[in-house]
Amino acid sequence: MTTQELKKMAVKVRQGIIESTHAAKCGHPGGSLSAAEVFTYLYFEEMNIDPQNPKDPKRDRFVLSKGHTAPGLYSALANRGYFPVEELQTLRHTGSHLQGHPCVTHTPGIDASSGSLGQGISVAAGMALSAKLTNDDYRVYTLLGDGEIEEGQVWEAAMFAGNRKLDNLVVIVDNNNLQIDGPITEVNSPYPIVDKFKAFNFHVIEVADGNDMDQIAAAFKEARETKGAPSAIVMKTVKGKGVSFMENSVGWHGKAPNDEEYEQAMKELSEAENL
Amino acid sequence: MSDMKPVATRDSYGNALVELGKKYDDLFVLDADLAAATKTGVFKKEFPDRHIDCGIQESNMVGVAAGMAATGKVPFCSTFAMFAAGRAYEQVRNSVCYPHFNVKIGATHAGISVGEDGASHQCLEDIALMRELPGMVVINPADDIEAKAAVEAAYHHDGPVYMRFGRLAVPIINDNPDYKFEIGKGVVLREGSDVSLIATGLEVGETLAAADELAKEGINAEVINIHTIKPLDEELVIATAKKTGKVVTIEEHWVNGGLGSAVAEVLSEKCPTLMKRIGVYDTFGESGPAKELLHKYELDAEGIVKQVKAFL
Ligand SMILES: Cc1ncc(C[n+]2csc(CCOP(=O)(O)OP(=O)(O)O)c2C)c(N)n1
Ligand SMILES: [Mg+2]
Repeated sequence: MTTQELKKMAVKVRQGIIESTHAAKCGHPGGSLSAAEVFTYLYFEEMNIDPQNPKDPKRDRFVLSKGHTAPGLYSALANRGYFPVEELQTLRHTGSHLQGHPCVTHTPGIDASSGSLGQGISVAAGMALSAKLTNDDYRVYTLLGDGEIEEGQVWEAAMFAGNRKLDNLVVIVDNNNLQIDGPITEVNSPYPIVDKFKAFNFHVIEVADGNDMDQIAAAFKEARETKGAPSAIVMKTVKGKGVSFMENSVGWHGKAPNDEEYEQAMKELSEAENL
Repeated sequence: MSDMKPVATRDSYGNALVELGKKYDDLFVLDADLAAATKTGVFKKEFPDRHIDCGIQESNMVGVAAGMAATGKVPFCSTFAMFAAGRAYEQVRNSVCYPHFNVKIGATHAGISVGEDGASHQCLEDIALMRELPGMVVINPADDIEAKAAVEAAYHHDGPVYMRFGRLAVPIINDNPDYKFEIGKGVVLREGSDVSLIATGLEVGETLAAADELAKEGINAEVINIHTIKPLDEELVIATAKKTGKVVTIEEHWVNGGLGSAVAEVLSEKCPTLMKRIGVYDTFGESGPAKELLHKYELDAEGIVKQVKAFL
């Protein structure tokens, strides 16, 4: 896809996030929106995947370690053709395959079940190790929140991946600076994030604007070219990106838009689509 | 049932902490980035210097609480049941219970009534995990009044206490003037002779409603509220089993290891009685509105009536 097409697709992914959380009357739009470019780039450009064959053993894997942002992942999967986009409307409804947090046994295209923060990165490291053990060449990507990296398990996994030189692993940190109880600096600061990953023997790629498709593309290219060490992409983003009243707001971490807010959000996104 | 407004017991937890905090300055509240959801935000606002937000690190929070208790403070750790009893299980076991430190755990969002967040967050095993631990007290209050009383009793109890709270607002059932909460003492809420319905937590309200329905069909059920699963009121359990000869347990928990198991352990050794355990059977929960899920898993009054009738 061209950058322009990818940008348009990111807007579609955002629309799906708003549609689904509005229909669910709950869910997590903030951290889904901050990662919309990453979801889009991974599923439409970076990863070797086939929606028609979601269990292909040779496929690249993605683990959404910050599982609460499932609406973003589901929207990317639906737009990529894993299931009909209309089904996003069933998010979190009784009987829907779209669970509040990603689940392997429910949804096509999900590679690991998550929702309990800090665990996904270990599963991703295990997948990457597994590929190395049998000389498979699939790559593994995992997305973490900047609050999530307060969990000790994240650093156990980082130490393990660094020590094992898992260069088929890409750890992405969505550095939107907010968690539930406030800014990450006020709750329990994980900074300096970049230095920490460096200390754990990662090749660290800093992205000044993780909501910029060109910068995202360059970062994944650099990660792909990196040999002998796992890569960490630490990207500055805006939580709630693309919907004016949700941007940089703690309150929009885990709250759905009401009808009025939904109309406003969709209006803003359709304007963005036509730019 | 009272016509007072239903209240989620997680709100009772936060409110009770504020009241206790005014009286006792050795009381501290710890959170793991969920103060907004565990409802301890009110305590944080009132006593910012006695609120410690550890960030997203439940295991560390429990260890830190153990250290605070070791030096004479009374820490209340707050997070979702899944992360308190699950994620931090071994810290609770080895850092808190083994040294018998005075740590209180306020575990909110227990059970399937968590609702839309789904199975990853619907802890159906915390009672089982916590009641195994030597010296641990396990309390699962039924309503706002009981939950507040439980928090106060937990503060005064010397030793670890696990308190289970819910996200869903539940009706008030204990609003009688002589209500008294005592750790380890079950409460007969309704006398009956045909069957004993022993319930805990939000299932107490559903069970009372079920008993009303059963009465209409000529089934006279005894209803017992077991708010303390450990230590269990064995005397009361045995007495009601002897009286009715048939026992049903009702809980928002996997049937293995919870209240049903605790009651079965006592009865099988001391008063073998025919039993039915109502709860969730060997399956994970799922996303959906709380009330829809309670209905689907036959944990509302209607489902209880159906299962009790099938048992009798
Ligand atoms: C182990 C665990 N503890 C707590 C939670 C509850 N929780 C869900 S999202 C969240 C905040 C996440 O913040 P961050 O990682 O920064 O995510 P983002 O800002 O990208 O949404 C918390 C504490 C959880 N899901 N898992
Ligand atoms: Mg964040």
